[in-house]
Amino acid sequence: MSIRVEKKFDFNFLSKKNLCISISAIVVFLSIGSLAMQGLQLGTDFSGGASVNIEFPTSVEAESIREMLVGTRFESAKLQTIGIGKEVLLKVSPDFLKDSKDDIKSEIEAILKDGKVVFIDLVGPQISSELTEDGILALIYALGGILIYVMIRFTSKFAFGAVLAVMHDIIVSLGIFSLLRLEFDLTVLAAFLAVIGYSLNDTIVVFDRVRENFKTSRKEVSTEAIINLSINQTLSRTLVTSGTTLLVVLALFLLGGDMIRNFSIALGFGVIVGTYSSIYVAGSTLMFLNLSRDDFLSEEQNSEDI
Amino acid sequence: MNQYPLWRYIFIVSIILLGFVYALPNLFPQDYSIFISYQNRGGNFELLEDRINERIEETGIKPKKIEKSDAGLILRFNTQQSRSTVMQSLNSVVDSTEAILAYGLSPTSPDWLKLLGASPMFMGLDLRGGVHFLMQVDTQAVQIQKLNQTLEEIKATLREEKIRYQSAVIDRERIKINFNSTDLLNKSKAALNSRLETINILSESSKEIIISVKEDYLVESIENALQQNLTTLRNRVNEFGVSEPVIQRQGQSRVVVQLPGIEDTAQAKKIIGATASLEFRMVFMDGDVRDATSGRLPIGSQLFNQVDGSPILLEKKILLTGEYVIDASSGFDQQSGSPAVFITLDGKGSRIFSKVTRERIGRPMAVVFIEQRKGKRFEEVINIATIRDQLSKRFQITGLSNTENARTLALLLRAGSLAAPMEIIQERTVGPTLGETNIKSGYRSVIIGLICVMLFMFFYYGKFGLFANLALLVNLVLIVAVLSVLQATLTLPGIAGIVLTVGMAVDANVLIFQRIREEIANGNTPQMSIASGYKKAFSTIADANVTTLIAALVLFSFGTGPVKGFAITLSIGIVTSMFTAIVGTRAIVNFLYGKKAKLDLKI
Repeated sequence: MSIRVEKKFDFNFLSKKNLCISISAIVVFLSIGSLAMQGLQLGTDFSGGASVNIEFPTSVEAESIREMLVGTRFESAKLQTIGIGKEVLLKVSPDFLKDSKDDIKSEIEAILKDGKVVFIDLVGPQISSELTEDGILALIYALGGILIYVMIRFTSKFAFGAVLAVMHDIIVSLGIFSLLRLEFDLTVLAAFLAVIGYSLNDTIVVFDRVRENFKTSRKEVSTEAIINLSINQTLSRTLVTSGTTLLVVLALFLLGGDMIRNFSIALGFGVIVGTYSSIYVAGSTLMFLNLSRDDFLSEEQNSEDI
Repeated sequence: MNQYPLWRYIFIVSIILLGFVYALPNLFPQDYSIFISYQNRGGNFELLEDRINERIEETGIKPKKIEKSDAGLILRFNTQQSRSTVMQSLNSVVDSTEAILAYGLSPTSPDWLKLLGASPMFMGLDLRGGVHFLMQVDTQAVQIQKLNQTLEEIKATLREEKIRYQSAVIDRERIKINFNSTDLLNKSKAALNSRLETINILSESSKEIIISVKEDYLVESIENALQQNLTTLRNRVNEFGVSEPVIQRQGQSRVVVQLPGIEDTAQAKKIIGATASLEFRMVFMDGDVRDATSGRLPIGSQLFNQVDGSPILLEKKILLTGEYVIDASSGFDQQSGSPAVFITLDGKGSRIFSKVTRERIGRPMAVVFIEQRKGKRFEEVINIATIRDQLSKRFQITGLSNTENARTLALLLRAGSLAAPMEIIQERTVGPTLGETNIKSGYRSVIIGLICVMLFMFFYYGKFGLFANLALLVNLVLIVAVLSVLQATLTLPGIAGIVLTVGMAVDANVLIFQRIREEIANGNTPQMSIASGYKKAFSTIADANVTTLIAALVLFSFGTGPVKGFAITLSIGIVTSMFTAIVGTRAIVNFLYGKKAKLDLKI
């Protein structure tokens, strides 16, 4: 019989738990610091205003466009060239949208003769503030819903551990976006919410093993050993799934086009941070929460047939 | 142990077959099309059609097919390139007053699929190009309108009850009525309370009462205004003749309007946001305009401006409003050749109109054009004509400054007026080429991502990897089928959601296969390992997927536009992947290995 036996991992992840927690704490603080100091580069969705994407037949210099805009009401708009220089993104502040309902498209096309407006995003101030509010609320509700589900299926310690790990992932991913000054728009928000799901998925798989190992192991085995064993047992799965997900995220990043570039960057960082946290952070938090055999006494064996 | 009863196989196979059938329409390429919708109803289009055909011939491009539709013509093309060449050429000869041109895609799926109700996925604006507006109903305007109306009702009630009041005015959101005596105040209070249900008497002093409009009545009014606006917007958008427009209510006071394929945002905005209507009034004969302009307005009259800016006195009484118009078309007056609007009234309207015009033959009547802009009312007398005959169901009005105005007025009269003004608070325009690029790059990233994952799974898990790959493919088909059946909107982030599901869908199989490997490593027999691998992995998979599903559902309920699109595909993907990755692969494994007593398992 030729059975390829799975190589067993035996890393002592928890031996470095203090180091890991310290690293994570520092990174979280750095992220919060960056978020507080320079904030996020909010896209039009959240900041309000208009972003106008203009395409030229030949590549253009940002300077020459700026010259054309002098004397028009778009003079103060932010300018940004995209890709090989044939595309330009013009960001118009929300202030002057209030008293103007004219057609921006034809006006800009008249100013920038060969330029053709490919798309316009125009967001009024009431929408942008609502979106910000809704975004934050969505985050809170998602975390709350998950907390409750994990509490029902596992125990409250697992639930707090999972939510802590997820918050770690979100704060660090947001911090990366803030540090790299990447634009944060609605699609990026969607990516972060997907990261919640993904990172949780990872953490739950580890926790599931921890729960199972507590039930099947002998009494003398320490909590630390059980958690460590569980992380090792799920390690290859964690790496394989992160790997396949990163593969598709990479495909999205390279081939998905400008509109979802930041989306794929957010997902990519989220998956990497999420993988790290499910290996190093989630288990350590369980230790810090003093998880013990007693937490499982009241629970019954739960298994379904498929 | 590893055997499924026959019915299970049949069940699984039939679900997959259903999935294939309903995903099938997406495989038929959609033709790049131009939708032409004629604007003058009941007019003669042969000349226009000839002009269009001539112009197409001049470009040297032969459309794949030219079809007649309810609104006008549909031109199908083989390539995007030839479509945009023809579009550019047509744009220079076809005026937007004659016809509206829009880009679009026309399905080519065979009839038997249409009979089954199978249709391709509904593409969002970012994939097909077009304009998106989010409009806010001006609730304050509704409130002011209701206050004014209530004030009139109060005055009328007091008049009927013969109660004298000193003044009745609107002060901010309240109505204040002053009386000469407390006695009159008490009488009026009793009368108002018993006759008007929509008001609250807030406070009173000895000679003044303060009244507000009831909150639930206001809410109801705003709701009614929104409903009427929705209907009106639908009618107006239908005038555009674009394929598959979206007009949806969002929240309490907002409406989303999406017009796929439309490039001319200025024209779209003008028609959607316009609030024009008509009123017919008699010219006031027993007064001097100069008196009125200096402040002494004769009783029963109202001051208006004409097109040239000169003032004119009209009677306060409105003979007829635009709401009785059932059809209107623009054209030219046969005698003078100036732009005209031909109007048809409904039964009630024509009865009213024939009565009032019969009584007033020989006197001049004015047509007042009314428009709401930024919550303010602009009125202008566009035409004054002597009533020569009794008018009834059909008549024409002239005096419009140009054909464009005539056409817009006709359109607005047909579609009905907005009950409350609306403001555009969000606008998103996506050019059609960008849409096509988005589709292409989206599909390409799905396919490349899929191939990478499948290669990896094959090398890492061998034959079992192939099972997982098969499940992955079926999963994609099922996602597409569910999206097509629900006609949920597929957006670019939606495609990203599918890509993400591809990455995560294999997770279930990875979990199962890792478990089976572990079980084998622990010395269990292959059959036992398969059974317990599936069994033990199940609760993990369920927990992991339910948590992701919670996040996706929260996204769905909070999100708008792009976020929603992502949440939909992610949620569908989670559910279908559970089916294919667990039940689907198990069926294959059981079918292939279930009956083998001695199994040499490579995983």
